[in-house]
Amino acid sequence: MKFLAEINVMPQKEILDPQGKAVRIGLQNLDIHQVADVRIGKHIQLQIEASSEAEANDIVTNACKKLLANLIMEEFDFVLKAI
Amino acid sequence: MKFGVVVFPGSNCDDDTVGVIESLGHQAVKLWHKETSLQNCDFIILPGGFSYGDYLRSGAIARFSPIMDNVIKHANDGGYLMGICNGFQVLVEAHLLPGVLLRNNSQKFISKNIYLKAATNQSLITQSLDLNNAYKIPIAHAEGRYFADEKTLEDLKANDQILFYYCDENGQVNDAANPNGSLFNIAGICNAGRNVIGMMPHPERAADPDLANIDGLEILKQLVL
Repeated sequence: MKFLAEINVMPQKEILDPQGKAVRIGLQNLDIHQVADVRIGKHIQLQIEASSEAEANDIVTNACKKLLANLIMEEFDFVLKAI
Repeated sequence: MKFGVVVFPGSNCDDDTVGVIESLGHQAVKLWHKETSLQNCDFIILPGGFSYGDYLRSGAIARFSPIMDNVIKHANDGGYLMGICNGFQVLVEAHLLPGVLLRNNSQKFISKNIYLKAATNQSLITQSLDLNNAYKIPIAHAEGRYFADEKTLEDLKANDQILFYYCDENGQVNDAANPNGSLFNIAGICNAGRNVIGMMPHPERAADPDLANIDGLEILKQLVL
């Protein structure tokens, strides 16, 4: 079976995200003042061959923990879809 | 002492590093990241640069290069290992050093001379540095903001693992002298075993009299005293 994993990797909430801060200031400069906070992360898509959704889930979790996210500074979540 | 300088795709301080080691009268060989042998080197250096284009996170992909299994083993067996700039980033990604290096708080790539102060003499690289002296050393990085959780910071302090602070030219450690937002102005640390060293500034770029600054040579000389 083939699966598509849509992964979001985000900086942890307590860590200053200077990229997000710079974008928030940019939005204010465009008179978009309603935005209280901006945080910027990564969106990663993986195509996976696995025998079951549970196996695909394990593969993605392992990939995230080992390489795609650094858990000291980031957190991740993902959605799996059969394709 | 035989030094091995690992070359990843995108490393760009390997030649400078080899040059300084040779100028100190020691042998230095380059170790291509796809090799696995450390060629009986006593001391491994991961140099500065942009390994794998800094893709994903700085150092994150280099950490899984084929040579890294033996580099990690070398360190775990007590062998000396040092990472400079991108090399430091690789070492934190490999969990050989605690904490992480985040995007500079200014959002900018910073390339300039800063001042550095040794925090302790209890490490190979700071063993006889003058703790009151401000060493002028260049930095060149976008991800150099040292961060660790409170528990890790407490351990670093308790075990005297902080090796270098960013300071001003008079040796004062303060916010104004902190170029990137690093916690407590931390510029370099070692592991609990004191054999793994990481620093963001580039001593190898300040080690040639022709460049009118040999403060970096004073620091690197410590490795071979």
